[in-house]
Order: sequence, then structure tokens, then C-alpha cells
Amino acid sequence: MPKDGGIGASTKRREDVRFLSGTGQYTDDINLHGQAHAYFLRSDVAHGTINGIDTEAAEAMPGVLKVFTAKDFEGVGGVPCGWQVTDRFGEVMQEPKHPVLAEGRVRHVGDPIAVVVAETLAQARDAAEAIVPDISDLPAVVDLKAALEDGAQKVHEELKSNLCYDWGFVEDNRDAVDEAIRNAHHVTTLELRNNRLIANPMEPRVAVGDYNRANDEHTLYTTSQNPHVIRLLMGAFVLGIPEHKLRVVAPDVGGGFGAKIYHYAEEAFCTFAAKALGRPVKWTSSRSEAFMSDAHGRDHVTKIELALDKDNNFTALRTETYANMGAYLSTFAPSIPTWLHGTLMAGNYKTPLIYVNVKAVFTNTVPVDAYRGAGRPEATYQLERVVDQAARELGVSPIELRRQNFITEFPYATPVAVEYDTGDYHATMDKLLEMTDHAGFEARAAESKKNGKLRGFGLAHYIEACGIAPSNLVGQLGARAGLYESATVRVNATGSISVMTGSHSHGQGHETTFAQVISEMIGIDANQVDIIHGDTGRGPMGMGTYGSRSIAVGGSAMVRAAEKVINKAKKIAAHLMEASEGDIELKDGKFSVAGTDKEVAWGDVTLAAYVPHNYPLEDIEPGLEETAFYDPANFTYPSGAYGCEVEVDPETGKVEIVGFAAADDFGNVINPMIVEGQVHGGLAQGIGQALMENCAYDADGQLISASYMDYAMPRSSDLPMFKVDHSCVTPCTHNPLGVKGCGEAGAIGSPPAVVNAVLDALNRGGHKVAHIDMPTSPARVWAAMNKTPMAAE
Amino acid sequence: MELSGHRIVDAPRAEVWAALLNPDVLKDCVPGCQEMTGNPEDGFAATVVQKVGPVKATFKGVVTLEDMNEPESLTLNGEGKGGAAGFAKGGAKCVLSEEGAGQTRLEYDVEAKVGGKLAQLGSRIIDGFAKKMADQFFEDFKARVEGGGTSAAPAAADAASAEPAQKKSWFGRRSAE
Repeated sequence: MPKDGGIGASTKRREDVRFLSGTGQYTDDINLHGQAHAYFLRSDVAHGTINGIDTEAAEAMPGVLKVFTAKDFEGVGGVPCGWQVTDRFGEVMQEPKHPVLAEGRVRHVGDPIAVVVAETLAQARDAAEAIVPDISDLPAVVDLKAALEDGAQKVHEELKSNLCYDWGFVEDNRDAVDEAIRNAHHVTTLELRNNRLIANPMEPRVAVGDYNRANDEHTLYTTSQNPHVIRLLMGAFVLGIPEHKLRVVAPDVGGGFGAKIYHYAEEAFCTFAAKALGRPVKWTSSRSEAFMSDAHGRDHVTKIELALDKDNNFTALRTETYANMGAYLSTFAPSIPTWLHGTLMAGNYKTPLIYVNVKAVFTNTVPVDAYRGAGRPEATYQLERVVDQAARELGVSPIELRRQNFITEFPYATPVAVEYDTGDYHATMDKLLEMTDHAGFEARAAESKKNGKLRGFGLAHYIEACGIAPSNLVGQLGARAGLYESATVRVNATGSISVMTGSHSHGQGHETTFAQVISEMIGIDANQVDIIHGDTGRGPMGMGTYGSRSIAVGGSAMVRAAEKVINKAKKIAAHLMEASEGDIELKDGKFSVAGTDKEVAWGDVTLAAYVPHNYPLEDIEPGLEETAFYDPANFTYPSGAYGCEVEVDPETGKVEIVGFAAADDFGNVINPMIVEGQVHGGLAQGIGQALMENCAYDADGQLISASYMDYAMPRSSDLPMFKVDHSCVTPCTHNPLGVKGCGEAGAIGSPPAVVNAVLDALNRGGHKVAHIDMPTSPARVWAAMNKTPMAAE
Repeated sequence: MELSGHRIVDAPRAEVWAALLNPDVLKDCVPGCQEMTGNPEDGFAATVVQKVGPVKATFKGVVTLEDMNEPESLTLNGEGKGGAAGFAKGGAKCVLSEEGAGQTRLEYDVEAKVGGKLAQLGSRIIDGFAKKMADQFFEDFKARVEGGGTSAAPAAADAASAEPAQKKSWFGRRSAE
């Protein structure tokens, strides 16, 4: 019997009432009295020297308050990077300045050159047309490998080269891995590209800056997954505003997928300009602007080699990856191809020797940072592709090859420095084969053949790491912030509860799930619990929502704070019932004395806390509000098995996904319906990457996929009905809820499953194809089947 | 993108050469050209209105003549800025050779690039568009030189005429594939 409340119940999302009825409050809904509008003039060349910017005509245009250029930001810091990677030689990465507005050079199409602030947006746009930037073109750096050649044009003149860092992990394994690969019975090698993606949240970015001269306080309203982090980065590093004079508010956020983690120049600009002009200043990104100013994702070029012994045991793994950083280092960019990627290269397998090399490269493209999965999809894709290819080369079942090499004993310390606390990979594999009716595949394939189609089945296993932690470790790895989470549980006099959490939903349904946890702990109706997030003026501190960390880290902080509240409430209850504190039990919203029929309601205790007439004032303070900071001991390690069945039309190369199943182990689940929704969304994005989405630059660094005419987002008609299961549960061993996180899994596990399925279909159809890069568009599949070199794209 | 082609112009080589340097001829032949002033030595200033896919813009730019080897070859370089629409630039290397009977063979290699919004929104159709522009320019140029000045005018009279022609060409190409 399913529960109708608390942990494990598929409670409907309370926030959907406002989202679906048009009453959500997004940043663009905020309009302040006297507000002016900002329009960013952006570079239309990928690389050039700014000889001058003539703003005179624009300044004289109707309604224009001011035209800002880099010279207005001379006394201001650059947009900071939050992670410093140390390379394999012990040197810190090359870290160029990222000015708020381009200084002397433009470095990617979309780089902001000047900003017009005017009474209306139309006036600002018109005036921007009158700005005459004098820019001399420089050669654009676009190709990752060419960028590292001797004498290559540099993206940043002040740096030694376009190499941000050359990272080796684990460097001490390097020789042993080389040796193992040299002496291997069999080595499977693949060269592949993890295609560059654009996040495309439904809500574009918006920033509204406000300044109160009366008390010298700044407020920034912004579309952000982590307003406290924005306050820290912008206040401390860019504008020099102390935290107590800066409030950052991120109201309802309409999707982020990573792209709204980072601190962007537009946020600093609006905050700065509001003070400079004494007026609130608002900027709303157009969709076209979003394509060239939101951080992009992925864009790795990798060579991976898997060594096996004569019994098909994995003996070593070696990768060499070129990772595109874009023109500047976005907030967490350096950590993605390194600590969020190299540490996951063991996957679900007990490969004893692993070496990962990553060269991060500057190019004249939009900065690249985390996008749903961030590093783990890249790791999973390489690994699951090479395992599949190894099975094909060796003529063994890809299922059996995986099973044979699965890690089965936990905790398991990988050769890439992480320790998996728990998991059961055979269980998810079994579940997947059941869900996909694997036994019936051959019959379905025969049926497809009759219809002139090639049917294929592809499988991928994944492991990911969520809730990146602990702070002291990530500090050693180069993080410039802690990765804990905080929560304040404020119990009101009548017993209702406000929870201030540092996690911040951008669509995940925290207001529902977090309330379910409190409801379960105390035994009151979830409607008595409100979740407050997204405002540095209301919550204590927060690291925000990304890396599937909210329930594992933010939820745990909330549990810790709620435990403190309950402990205090028990003291009050003990006093009220004249019993010993140790005998007090809390159940269904009532405190009782063990072994007696004495009880007192939750509301009576909370009222006593605020009206302390009959109260142990000598022992405890009045009030009932507690804060906790939770710093996890380890990552959490969700894992799962994904299966994809495709039909390929050999005449056109078109791939149709006819079945997709996901068997995930997320540990304990708070709200199965929401988890299912998260997996559906992740699968849609992963399948989008595998079949359709591709961010393309031409050789001159022009972004040529900057609209929905060219950037192919998946639609519901491109996707099958998903089968989703999370009944395989191995609870996380080190957080109080036993949860692991589910937000990114779908996007991590699905791309290799799709590509493996396409290749299975082709090879079953007699086409000897080892690999097709994503997206597996009809043109690419057809070309691979017909051995036709693809025309330049 | 790059493309090349040729036209046989029914006029002596010196006349074809002179026409290539004449701003009035260029104005008549550059599709969508509203204005063309200047001279071969200093270059020409041009205003061109064009619509590429969803983007319509007025391009203000310069045309310069380089590598002049009278009367055999020259390169026409053009660069136009279209404000919010981005920019377009290109070059046409022209080689003139005598074909006998007073005819001139005009060979051309055209290279065209676009940037900004034009590239972001119009990249799929830019190759077809550039080919159309080049074809129209050299066709009109041939007609202008051979006809002495009037025949090209209607085709290039205003930008609006470029649009239906382009659409026809686009659909025509699709249906022919």
C-alpha cells in the first residue's frame, strides 16, 4: 500500500500549482520602481583587437542614461573561477582574467563589448546599434588540437599558450598503466568526441540590480541555482561588496541544468550599474543571447584504450582527453574534466590500473562548464563505449563482459581515488534485462527485419558521484569553496514550520520533497511545512543545487537541524509531562512518555516554547529554531543499468528509439513520482545529445547553431515511453537519509546506451562500424553504413 | 564558403575591365545595392539591403580592389556591417581572358563569410544565398556590359526583388535534388 505522505509517498508537487497556473514568480516578473533597461552589445567576431569603441552617437540617443565599456570597470575585479587545478607537473593551471566587459580584445562571439542602459529596452537596443566598435580581426582558435600546436594563435596573449592545464590522474599510475597496456592480451581503442551542448533552460537568464542609498545595500535578483555562491563570488571578487551589504535573491527558477550555477558578468554589471546610475537596472537575455552567453557543456575529444587479459578481465584503462574550456574559465570549468571526470573512470568495474590524462584548452568559443552530469557523462560515455566495442572485437556478450568485471564487494576503493560505499550492479542489470524483455529481443529483431529495419539493443552501466564532498578534501583538490549545506528549521508558535535551506530548486520540487522529510520526522501534515530557499536574506548560507546534491547534502543538513529541534522539543515535552527526557517519544505529531498514556501534542510543545509560562527556563532558552551545517563524509554513488532498443532505417540512416528502460539504484527515495520525473528529464537530455543536439562552430569561430532551427532539441515525439525503475536499493551508508541523488543519472547513462544500440543494429545488419560520433544523425549513420566520409560540417 | 564560375561576356576585354572598376556598374549589379560611391584607387563605399533567411539588414561597407593586373585580373573585396544582423564579407578574384571575336571570358572565384546573427540564424542557407548573389551579380554584370547599361537595373532595383528570387531558387534547388 503506497504511503500518502512522508518519505516514500508520491506526493504531488505543491509548486506545480503556481507553475502551471501562471502564478510563478520568476526573475523577469520582478519590475522595480524607476527601473532602467540594459542591452549588451556583443562581439560578432570570435577574436579581435578592440582599437576603440565610439559611444558618442549612442550616448546622445533618446532615453539613454549611459553607455558602459571596459573603462568603467577599471576599478573592478574580473569574473572569478572557483576551482584551481594543479597539473601533472605540480604547476597550477593558467588562469586568464575574465573582465566584466571585454578589455582590449574580444575572445568569442557573444563576448560583451559595451552595455547601453536606457529608459526602455527598445531605446537601449536602438542606441546599441549606434555604437561603433573598431575591431581588427585576429585568427580564431577553434580546433582543440590545433590550439596546442607550436606557434598557434593565443586566445590570451599574456598566457604561455592555450593550454590551461595538462592533468594526469593518478600520475603515479602512469608507468604501470603503460606497461599493462603494452603487455595486454587484447587492447580495444576508440577515439570519440563528446559533443558540445547548450543547456537551453526554458527560462533565459535575467538579472535585476538594485541599490539603496539610505543604507548602502545592494540587491541582485537573478536566475541562479545558488544565490549564496553568487553573493560570495560577486561580492568578494568582482565588486568588493561585503556580504552584509549584498543580498542575492533567486526566486522561481525555470530550469538550469548547470548553466545557472555560475556567476556571470551580466549579474555583476546590473549590480554595479544600479549604484552608478542610482536606478534599478534590469537585463533579460533573449534566446539568441542565451545561445552565445550561457555556459556550454561537454566538448571533449578522447582517445580511450581498454586492456584485457586472455580471460577477458579488464587489466588497465588509459585515456587522453582534450577538454574545451572556451575563451575564459567559467566558475567551475576546470573541475569538470578533472575531479568530476577522472575520478569516475573506474565505472562499475574492478579495473586495477587506470590513468587519465586531460588537456584543458582555451579556444575562441563560449566558456564551457558543468551541464547535467558534468564530467560523469563524459567518463561514462567513453567507458561504456569501449567496453561494448571490446565485447564486439572479442566476440563475447556485452552483458557477460560487464558482469564478469563488475565490482561486487563494498566498500570498494577504486584506483582513481574514490571509495564506493555501496551498490549492487548485478541487481540493476537483472532488473534491466527483465524490464527490456531481453529474452524477446531476437523475435523483435526478426520482425523489424521483415519491415526492412535494423534493430539493435544497447546497454550502458553507469556510476556517478553526487554531493561532491567533503570540504577538506575538495579544498585539497583545488576548490575555492566548501561543499557543505546548511538549513534552518524554524518552528512557529502554533507548530507550523519554515525551513530555510541553502539548496535551491530550479524545477526539482524541493518544496514538496523537503517538506515530506520534515513531515515524516515529526508526524505533522506536510502542509504545515514551508520550504524557503533562493534568498541570501532569509537563509543562513548555501552552496546551492547542482551535482545532484540537494537531498543528499541539503536534505541531510535539514535532517540535522530538525533533529536538534526535536531534541529540544523533547526537553520541553518532558517538562510539560513531568517525565524524564529519555522516556519521551515523538510519533504522529505527539510526544508521549514511554510505557504510559501521557501525551502532549506537537502544537502544545511549540506553543510552550514561545509562551514559556510553564517552561524549564533555567535549563533551556525559549523559542524553537535550529540551524545545522552538514559536510558529507564522502560522495554518494548512484548507479544503474540503462537499455535502449532502436530501429535504424537503412535507406535513410534515421534512428528511432523504440524502447528505453532505466534501472537505477538511488538509495532511498523520498518521492518516487518526482524521482521518475527527474529520470525522464535526464533521459530526454541524454537521448537529445545522442541523437540530435550539437553545438557547432565554423572554422572562423562563428556559432552556427544558435537558434532552434539549427540546434535540435528533442521533442516528445523523438522519445519513446520510458520504463523507469528504482526498486534496486542499496542505501547510502553515510548520510542520515540513505539517499544518493537522482537529478543527473538519466543524462549520464543514456548517451552510451543509445549509441551502443545504434552500433548493435548496424553490426547485426552486416555493417562493420566501430563507432559513430554523437549526435547519431541520419546523415552520420547513413555515411557510416555506406562508408562515405562525412562532408565537412 | 567558396564557389567559382565563369561568364562569356560579349565585349572586348578592356571594356569589361573598365566596367569592373565603375561604381555605377557595380551599383547596378550588386544585388540590393542602394548606393555605391568612390573610385578604384581609394575603394568604394556601398550600402546594400539584403535579407538572408530570417535576417534583413542594411549593410554599410567598403569595396576595395586589390591585386590589380590590368587588364587580366583583379580581386574585389567587400565587407559590410549590418549592425545587429552581424556582418558579411567576401572577395571575388576575377580573371579576364580574350575569347576571340571580341568576347571576353570572365572567370571568378568567390569566397564569402558571414558573422554574428547572420551566422547564428542563417548558416543553413548561407551557401545557397551566396551562390545566388554571385550568380546574379555576374549575370547582371554581363547583361549590363553587353547591353550598355539598362538591362541589369530592374533585377537589382531594390532589395525586395531579391527575396522572391531567392525563395524560388531555394525551392527550385530543393525540388531538383
